Amino acid sequence: MILHYLFRRLFLLAFVFVALTVFAFSLSYLFPGDVLSNFTGLRNISPADEVMLTRQLGLDQNYLQQYLLFVQRLLQGDWALSFSSQQNVLTEMLLVMPATLELAAYALFLSLLVGIPLGIVAAVRKDKWLDKLISSLALIGFSVPIFWWALLLIMVFSLSLGWLPTSGRLGVLYEIPTVTGFMLPDILLSEQSYRQQAFIDAIRHMLLPSVVLATYPTTVMIRFTRDSMLDVLEQNYIKTARAKGLTRLQVLYTHGLRNALLPVTRQVGLQFSTLITLAMITEVIFSWPGIGRWLIDSIYQRNFPAIQGGVLLVSSLVILVNMLTEIMHTLFNPLARKF
Amino acid sequence: MNIYQRLTFVCLTALLTHACQPDRNNPGGTGLVYCVEGSPESFNPQLVTSGTTIDAISQHLYDRLLDINAQTGELLPALASSWQISSDGLSYRFQLRENVAFHHTDYFKPSRPLNAEDVVFTFNRILLPEHPFHQTATEYPYFDSMEWRQLVAEVKAISAYEVEFRLNKPDSSFLSTLATDFAAVLSAEYGAKLQAENKLPDLDHLPVGTGPFLFRHYQKDVLIRYYRHPQHWRQGSNLQQLVIDIVPDSTKRVAKLLTHECDVAPIPRLAELQLLSKRQDFVVDVQTSMNVGYWAFNTQKPPLNNVKVRQALALAVNKQNILQAVYFGQAEQADSLLPPNSWAYQKPQLTQSYDPQKARALLAEAGFAKGFSLDIWAMPVQRLYNPNALKMAELMQADLARIGVKARIVSYEWNTFRRKLTQAEHDSVLIGWSADNADPDNFLRPLLSCAAAVSGSNRANWCDEHFDALLQQAVNTADLNERRSFYLQAQQYQAQQMPLMPIAHSKRFQVRSSNISGVAINPYGGVNFAMAGKH
Repeated sequence: MILHYLFRRLFLLAFVFVALTVFAFSLSYLFPGDVLSNFTGLRNISPADEVMLTRQLGLDQNYLQQYLLFVQRLLQGDWALSFSSQQNVLTEMLLVMPATLELAAYALFLSLLVGIPLGIVAAVRKDKWLDKLISSLALIGFSVPIFWWALLLIMVFSLSLGWLPTSGRLGVLYEIPTVTGFMLPDILLSEQSYRQQAFIDAIRHMLLPSVVLATYPTTVMIRFTRDSMLDVLEQNYIKTARAKGLTRLQVLYTHGLRNALLPVTRQVGLQFSTLITLAMITEVIFSWPGIGRWLIDSIYQRNFPAIQGGVLLVSSLVILVNMLTEIMHTLFNPLARKF
Repeated sequence: MNIYQRLTFVCLTALLTHACQPDRNNPGGTGLVYCVEGSPESFNPQLVTSGTTIDAISQHLYDRLLDINAQTGELLPALASSWQISSDGLSYRFQLRENVAFHHTDYFKPSRPLNAEDVVFTFNRILLPEHPFHQTATEYPYFDSMEWRQLVAEVKAISAYEVEFRLNKPDSSFLSTLATDFAAVLSAEYGAKLQAENKLPDLDHLPVGTGPFLFRHYQKDVLIRYYRHPQHWRQGSNLQQLVIDIVPDSTKRVAKLLTHECDVAPIPRLAELQLLSKRQDFVVDVQTSMNVGYWAFNTQKPPLNNVKVRQALALAVNKQNILQAVYFGQAEQADSLLPPNSWAYQKPQLTQSYDPQKARALLAEAGFAKGFSLDIWAMPVQRLYNPNALKMAELMQADLARIGVKARIVSYEWNTFRRKLTQAEHDSVLIGWSADNADPDNFLRPLLSCAAAVSGSNRANWCDEHFDALLQQAVNTADLNERRSFYLQAQQYQAQQMPLMPIAHSKRFQVRSSNISGVAINPYGGVNFAMAGKH
């Protein structure tokens, strides 16, 4: 039964990937400029190379053959070269990806840490002043444009008060060798004498971007937790538990929370795509060297192979994460297991 | 509270209080952050001309045979401790300093100090097509524009510490050329190693020099990291580390100065100067710089091939207006290509001024009484000599409309822009030039000579035999007064022929935190941190 379900999901996943790669493949034809350049990332191809590459990429064959060769190259990691640096686009992206994932992880963590308790408090104190306060804050956070919010925080905390740096992941004078690509673990792994200072400096750097990026998901968490909690509190089993003589806190903890948080976990996966989009804006504002900034720079530079690769990788990641959370949600939630 | 809670609490408070204090401790001794506007194109000054690249690499990594005194323009001994010029002006001998150590890096361990072989290796790369590294670069733009291959006959080692340059013709600006940031001395031993490993392109990407800092790490569009060169032949820097932080956005650069993430930054946007000069914790350094912003006419295209049309256009533009609106008064009006602090400059008796009526009369004489239409190409980047070309073009558009000339403003992405300029697709262009050395030849030859029209740096596409002859006569003589008179004639001729209209000589600004001292800005380009300190 469960295998059947997983198989169905995987089939869907495969189908989506095919659609994605077809789209990415067609971009090479849709982008302006030379098709061969768009496919390989090479510039100023000599006539001799042109003949060889055309044969190698199958450009003299029909579209289906070309597409199959394209997918084959993707799977082998043999992606196009970036116009600006002449390096494999995939290698470049794998270098900047950890920075984005790190930022997104901190922001997500922050939004869970703040959003869920506030949501619960708002639900328990429904229609009291505390609920109204939290809900209006959530509404403001939900509607505020993220770039404006980011600039506001920079103005206050960096420019006026001078407490926090405005850009980057770490003060540039600290030299930390890249091992995992994630800053905090890398600092702990390094053997520099200024490790501790560097760690604190890294946290100071990540504070503002994380807060900015966490704002939107936090408000979503608050609203979602509140609604889901209210739903659960209406249920008969809660009333029964109260009637049995359990205290409010006990009911909340043992019966309410576990049931209310289930839909919330699903929300985490759904928020991932929004998070990545918002991360791009955050990265540009805070000069955070992640995939978002990389992709936006590529767009400015008309770096077509990079745009193509970036779109493919980011959307694959978003779909994969969505699919995984959905599968996990199904496995954990008996009600959703409609195999 | 149990022990864990208490521990967490202590950690959190420590972190928060600590985090809220600007931590100015520098890791590993002292370090300085210099924020620049763009990534370098290469790590070898031989291959570039862009000021951004020169600022980021040249003075830090390399030494030259000679240095220039920034105040007087006088030549000083550097890697060459002394030199002699033969009486016919064709042979230059340099005695090299001994015990000058090359950088010791992860990728190269030098076994010997600098000697004549290194100098020969360096300059033969530009000169000889059979040199193993000659073909790894497509061009040597600075040396090509000054016709190095026509000028220099051979470079040879006389002894281990003596080198001779033999020239085909006398050139009194030759020593100045060797003192520019482009004439950096490379290591022949490193070259041999790369050749053996068949990694020729690394010569220009993983630099080895004798300069005050050695290369450690480069991440494109992010940063360049240098460490102190411990065996530098001068006393060596006070800084342990120099980081070139690449911040293309000028507003962000100012923000980073304010938060002290940058210690020193060049500021091309003059509007931001006022904000910074008000603060106590910053010092603004001003230096009259050897540069010129100009409006070049493509003299090969009608109607701009008509001298009267060019004169009329020049008279129609209100320069004072431009100085106020574009340079915010932080520049001098240019009435020659040469800036007033050049020794060959003389204020012309007749400065051409803003005169639309005369301009209209000249146009009528040239047969364009009804005016014509014209493209003005405005460069898309900010440079010291022209901080805002688009705004300048708009002002000029209004001025030109008054004499019936319809101007259209054109701009492309910077690389495309330069390529199209070199192919001379423009009618007229707003661009400029920063000098590499104190010699007037460095302004006139790259901008207006026939050779430059071929190599592409002559944006007016102007090739005039009389003008070229004057330039040639000037470098053929060693007598300074005689040279000056040739340059004065050349300037007058240029002002009359008007292949381009000089607009302004901008001052060079640099902002540094007040705890930084000893940063030298050089009017001829590069910035030097060898003597800088932080306290």
